[in-house]
Amino acid sequence: MLVGFLSAAIIAGTPLLFATLGEIFTEKAGHLNLGVEGMMYMGAIVGFIVGLNTLNPILAMLGAVFSGGMGALLYAFLTVSLRVNQTVCGLTLTIFGEGFASFLGQRVMGSIVPADIKGFFVARPIPGLSSIPYLGEIFFKQDVFVYFGYLVIIVATYYLFRTKKGLNLRAVGESAAAADASGINVTLYKYTHILLGGALCGLGGAYMSLVTVPVWQEHIISGRGWIAVALVIFASWNPIKAMLGAFLFGGLSILGYRMQSMGIHISQYLIDMLPYAATIIIVIISTRKNKKEDMPPADLNNPYFREER
Amino acid sequence: MKKFTKFLAFALAVTMSMTALVGCGGGASEPAADADKAAEASDTAEATKVGFIYIGSQNDGGYSQAQHNGTKAVKEYFGDKVETIIAENVAEDKQTVKTTAINMIDQGASIVIGTSFGFMDALEELATEYPDVTFLHFSGNKMNDTNFGNYFGAMEEPRYLTGMIAGMMTKTNKLGYVAAFPYTEVHIGVNAFALGAQSVNPDVEVKVVYTNSWGDPAGEKAAAESLLAQDCDIITQHADSAGPQLAAEAAGKLAIGYNLDNSEIVPGAFLTAPVWHHDKYLVPTIEKIIAGTYVPESYYGTMKDGYIGLAPMTDLVPQDVQDKVNEVAAKMEAGEYPVFVGPISDTKGNVLVAEGETLDRAGIWTVMQTLVKGVSAVE
Repeated sequence: MLVGFLSAAIIAGTPLLFATLGEIFTEKAGHLNLGVEGMMYMGAIVGFIVGLNTLNPILAMLGAVFSGGMGALLYAFLTVSLRVNQTVCGLTLTIFGEGFASFLGQRVMGSIVPADIKGFFVARPIPGLSSIPYLGEIFFKQDVFVYFGYLVIIVATYYLFRTKKGLNLRAVGESAAAADASGINVTLYKYTHILLGGALCGLGGAYMSLVTVPVWQEHIISGRGWIAVALVIFASWNPIKAMLGAFLFGGLSILGYRMQSMGIHISQYLIDMLPYAATIIIVIISTRKNKKEDMPPADLNNPYFREER
Repeated sequence: MKKFTKFLAFALAVTMSMTALVGCGGGASEPAADADKAAEASDTAEATKVGFIYIGSQNDGGYSQAQHNGTKAVKEYFGDKVETIIAENVAEDKQTVKTTAINMIDQGASIVIGTSFGFMDALEELATEYPDVTFLHFSGNKMNDTNFGNYFGAMEEPRYLTGMIAGMMTKTNKLGYVAAFPYTEVHIGVNAFALGAQSVNPDVEVKVVYTNSWGDPAGEKAAAESLLAQDCDIITQHADSAGPQLAAEAAGKLAIGYNLDNSEIVPGAFLTAPVWHHDKYLVPTIEKIIAGTYVPESYYGTMKDGYIGLAPMTDLVPQDVQDKVNEVAAKMEAGEYPVFVGPISDTKGNVLVAEGETLDRAGIWTVMQTLVKGVSAVE
């Protein structure tokens, strides 16, 4: 019973994992992109349509990467090059993305993900690892999209904390002026990582439309982008913590249903509130501890003008 | 240069938000197109213009799509005599609804139909402000004596039939019910389903999980998964997406839908679904309005009226089950098979309907505010 629940929590958490990681990259570049929900919608619909027409799961994922990236490119152009207010621009992107998905979705409403793609994303136990008691059942009897999520987290952690480029990126987010002075191409770093962030959000959306609910339906993301934004703070901008947080929040999102079906009396509304309440508590704790690595990038949400240096 | 960049930023932001609006509107071009056609038509024949206000989009795969099926049937029946104006994704706040309806009236609509509960108060005010326009409201309880009526259906009848199917087909004697919110309309459906199941299988148990949302396909799927994990082998729903049916199919179990025939979307699990036939009300009512003989009423369509019914049962339903269900359905269609017949008690054993008593429409909506024996839910 518990294993079944935890295994379902991984599936519920996977879209959050991609989106949270995407937002971590964006914020590490010093940009707050509140368009996560919108980019997830863009990834969900484009991934779905590409999958429907090509019957190829990899192309579907690439389609999601591309469209999430395009949403982010719009955001990057407005906030990096034109220095528009990041909060407003991100919110607009959310509204835009949802409308974009509804608009394109009109034609494919109720269409089913083709069998070729469904078959590609069935649970595939990893030999050896999947026979570990409990853990194997939970983590290693999943679909390839989930495994890809694990991989991306490992690569992202290595990149951020063990490579020179990762160090440069963090420098850009902490102080764009100092990074610029030391010869880092600030604009290039901001653009690439905002785009990368959007691409990951797109993938998170595609997981919803290709795997979680393999039929195109309205409201498919339904606020998960906002949970991802909260998760970034919860995870204090660390990919490993983001993964744990994503699975935890994924679990919380289905916990209420499980408890109801078992007849346990607790308000669904209370459970829906838990991810956000947990985030607030984490923020309070980390602010009090005041550890540098748990703090947001110092230059977050500040537009960078070289002339004002 | 700086000025230009500022302008460019502004222009891009505006474009983005405009696109978003168009995106949300979806069918925004349709009313315009219809209006053009109407303008042409009005030169030759006097077409009656009917405005339909939907809360979702016309192919949302659920609630609004079922409404739109009715609209399409109206179009088909009346041909050139009726022009439809459709507004989709209209939010349930009074000002939005009024603006949308007034916009339709300005385009010449003489009938305005609101298809969601939250449109009620706006339609009530409009009915006073526009005495020459007739307003029809789905699922509400307000009306007046001249130009404002409402309509709804006895969904408890087909729900009871789906309960019979589930009761006869279950192997675990546990049925799962994914519902949006705990309120009277949902309770009536759950209770009718449970009574139908109990009528053929006294040991059956119905477990309800609420999602507290009308629009979260993944959440509805997860809710169904939690019921499947509790050994439920047939899932039904009072929720709008195909999520619960997909969950059942993935687990190799069976599902009964709602609103639409999803036999092609979920071929491995779909048994049937209680469905609406809105045209059975809309066509004769619009006909009466055009003829000037309409008197506002509070319509409650039954199986007898053909207003509601079952989607065709799929081959997954064994023939003997189909026969039994059809037998009861025939009695309902003849108006001889009320759903809520005593004795009925609630989950705590209190008597809701005494032996020998039968609930009529008003009785159903006042008594069925709680769940009947055999249903388990956390509220």
